[in-house]
Amino acid sequence: MKLLRFVPYLVVGALFGIVLSKTEVISWFRIQEMFRFQSFHMYGIIGSAVAVGIVSLYVLRRTGLRTAQGEKIEPEGKPLGTGRRYLFGGIVFGVGWALTGACPGPMFALIGNGISVAIVILLAALVGARTYAAIQHRLPH
Amino acid sequence: MDWLSNPWPWYVGGPLIGLLVPLLLWIGNRTFGVSSSLRHVCAATCPGRSEYLNYDWKGKGLWNLFFVAGITLGGFIAATALANPHAFQLSEATRGDLAELGITNFDSIAPTGLFSWEGLASIPGFTILVIGGFLVGFGARWANGCTSGHAIMGIANFQLSSLIAVVGFFIGGLGATYFLLPLILA
Repeated sequence: MKLLRFVPYLVVGALFGIVLSKTEVISWFRIQEMFRFQSFHMYGIIGSAVAVGIVSLYVLRRTGLRTAQGEKIEPEGKPLGTGRRYLFGGIVFGVGWALTGACPGPMFALIGNGISVAIVILLAALVGARTYAAIQHRLPH
Repeated sequence: MDWLSNPWPWYVGGPLIGLLVPLLLWIGNRTFGVSSSLRHVCAATCPGRSEYLNYDWKGKGLWNLFFVAGITLGGFIAATALANPHAFQLSEATRGDLAELGITNFDSIAPTGLFSWEGLASIPGFTILVIGGFLVGFGARWANGCTSGHAIMGIANFQLSSLIAVVGFFIGGLGATYFLLPLILA
């Protein structure tokens, strides 16, 4: 069964979903605390995740470790271009993040948590992504 | 097992999230990120003639769809087997600020007046859930990534583009928190 080789991603996703839920990153209130600079919690999470990410990528590069299938490990970069898409797209995303209190990972975790109305947020996000695809030629990138 | 069901501190959750970066690379050379799943779902269901949506979504994105299915499953496990036995805690300062905006129920992880089917039927709830959700999806694809792909993976990989995106996240987030939210909740 070909789909079986994707099961590890399901397991890693489940771990991520548990962490997002147990650290309450999925909470609208925690995101408000963050944007109001009234709690260190979210900054601690993102900061320590970045720190561990930096060290991990350094170790991967230094040791030349290969993937489980023996391929060379190559993290995908984000091509800068003019940089405009990152600033403008980022601002739009930030507005949505503050309003919903949910970035894409937490949207899925909220649904799992039984907050059924989060399905509406996810559907709206899908409409947003489809709309971007339809008009991307007219946007600065 | 109290330590598992109580809310986890940042210094446990943050490093665990950071470890997903090498884990996904080791499993199959995958770059940590969630919002590309939105693109893959559109590519699978309604690509139309959009160049942006006509690509090999199974090859590029099936792993990511399993990943987000896992996130949903993880949310379910957290809410059932690992449910928090205590009341939700929120900083005093945030309670005060939100009370001024008319939010006074802090019993759950989200304001129930907005985050519910009844809330969806109100103008503030609809704006927050539907317009907010739309902007998250639109913005994440325009910005080529979200919190996981930029703020964590991209920054850890020293991508200037990700730093710009995160600056954008905060410009937008602060603007929405201080200017839009008071208007929406008025």
